[in-house]
Amino acid sequence: MSEKRPSLSPARFLSARRRHRSAGLVVLLFGLLAVGSAYAAFAPDNAVADNSAQSQQIEEGKKLFAVGCASCHGLNAEGGGNGEGKMAGPSLIGVGAAAVDFQVGTGRMPAMQPGAQIPRKAPAYTEEEIEALAAYVASLAPGPAVPASESYDVSKATDEQVTRGGELFRTNCTACHNFAGRGGALPNGKYAPSLMGVSEKHIYEAMLTGPQQMPVFSDQVMQPEDKRDIIAYLKALQTQKDPGGFGLGRLGPVSEGLWGWFVGIGLLVAVAVWIGAKGVKAKGAKAK
Amino acid sequence: MSDDKNLPVKPEDEHGSAVEVAEPIPDPGLEPHEPRITDIDPKAADRVERQVSAMFGLATLLVLGSCVAYFAIPRDSILEFGPLSGNANNMVIGLCIGLALFLIGAGAIQWAKKLMVDEEISEDRHPAHSSPQQIAEITEAFQQGTAESGFTRRKMIRNSLIGALGVLGLPAIILLRDLGPLPGRALYNTIWAKGIRVVNDVTDRPIKPSDMVVGQLVNAAPANLAALQEESPAEYQNAKAKSAVIVVRIKPSEIRTPPGRENWGVDGILCYSKICTHVGCPISLYEQTTHHVLCPCHQSTFDLADGAKVVFGPAARPLPQLPLAVDSEGYLVAQSGFTEPVGPSFFERG
Repeated sequence: MSEKRPSLSPARFLSARRRHRSAGLVVLLFGLLAVGSAYAAFAPDNAVADNSAQSQQIEEGKKLFAVGCASCHGLNAEGGGNGEGKMAGPSLIGVGAAAVDFQVGTGRMPAMQPGAQIPRKAPAYTEEEIEALAAYVASLAPGPAVPASESYDVSKATDEQVTRGGELFRTNCTACHNFAGRGGALPNGKYAPSLMGVSEKHIYEAMLTGPQQMPVFSDQVMQPEDKRDIIAYLKALQTQKDPGGFGLGRLGPVSEGLWGWFVGIGLLVAVAVWIGAKGVKAKGAKAK
Repeated sequence: MSDDKNLPVKPEDEHGSAVEVAEPIPDPGLEPHEPRITDIDPKAADRVERQVSAMFGLATLLVLGSCVAYFAIPRDSILEFGPLSGNANNMVIGLCIGLALFLIGAGAIQWAKKLMVDEEISEDRHPAHSSPQQIAEITEAFQQGTAESGFTRRKMIRNSLIGALGVLGLPAIILLRDLGPLPGRALYNTIWAKGIRVVNDVTDRPIKPSDMVVGQLVNAAPANLAALQEESPAEYQNAKAKSAVIVVRIKPSEIRTPPGRENWGVDGILCYSKICTHVGCPISLYEQTTHHVLCPCHQSTFDLADGAKVVFGPAARPLPQLPLAVDSEGYLVAQSGFTEPVGPSFFERG
């Protein structure tokens, strides 16, 4: 330390040591550190919090999927063949949590047998299992999420909203689901199901995801308030009694015509027969 | 009148002489009359009398009951009976009057069947045509009248009369014009035109291509329709009936575009007339899995992925397609109006 060395500027300091044995290692470490912290700073939040309950739920959903769904929809939900080149179950990548919640929550999935249309039945999974399955399918690719409960809460719906919902329903839904939401026939054994007894959430999800033949009514076109009004109208229909007597399924002219022909005209025929029938005669007696 | 006038005329042969035709089955005549129990048993007759008057009496009570119900039952009270329900006031009034009418009728029939005289009688039909003598008399009188009037001789009078009577029909045809203006070219055009935005029916919101996902169906209308509602309600209804459309989004790989329509869609978003080409029912019964739209009236089925070609049913033409584009703000607009008339075929269209 006897000789006083001239102080070096940082650039000259680095330049002087650039051929140092450990220079390469130092640069590599520095680069890794920079990339790592940049990733941590810019990566989405949920990726950071991923290792908590959600990933556990997805993991659980994946297990349930492998047992109950994979035979038709494929081990990775990529869609499955049934050996004859026909699709046994469609790909579920990108269908979103809402589709799973609808299909499993209404009991349509798991399907008992392939057919023209998969009917509604009692759900086979519990709420938590459905949530897990939905979380797993949602984790495969982005898709519509299960709607928040306030978006389909119609307990405070005004008459105005119900009326507007009725207008939207008649424009967009009655073609298949009948003017009173009682459902109707489609070609080749398919049908639009009755909307009686369907929960608010499932009606919302059906519009959002377009299950089976039903077209999609996305939130951007049929906005959440429109959907809520339609649900309010359907809830009003579901609780409506049949004023003045029998609803006859509210199918319109077919059931009403049958009733008219067989019951109405049948009664008239019975009366006509009574009018024309000969009364009992007192054979052999003389009138007094 | 002699008795034989009431008997059927005997058939005549080609020489005009009457011939007897043997009846294939001899006329059995009327059954001998059998009295009813009420005819021979006064007690039974009294019992029926009581039945009939009870029915009429009950009908009276029911009619009065309906009047009482009108005042006594509040207008808004609801009658519940299992799954059935109805306005109590309406229901009770209707049931009372209905039952009363039925009882009056039933009583009258019971009276006629059991108590009124039931002797069987028969009345033979009269011959349908006049006697030869009458025919000859009338023919002669007519010919004499014709000769006396000079109708056949004075041809000018006859012809001018025929002319005057014939022209009388003309005003009836001319006045038919007042049924309304001629349709003109109205059936060929809708209010769609270049640059008109495609908006949601009911909500009138414009649509961006990014709003629509594959499998989507939008029941849509032209943006210039809403303004018409204020202007002229009648014109609005006419315009709406013709311009209603359905917009769908189909995977581009599944679409078979007819030649000449390559740029009519936007990323698989296609727009078709909603009016069935058979008899004009509005159709939106759309199956997103098959891209078929079905008309509920007569089951015409159109394949929207194949230029709305008819795949089933009585419709003869595909649904007209509206060419779509995107405007400067990113909303779906029409490239032009429909290139063919929408709705059912009509005579002049050929």
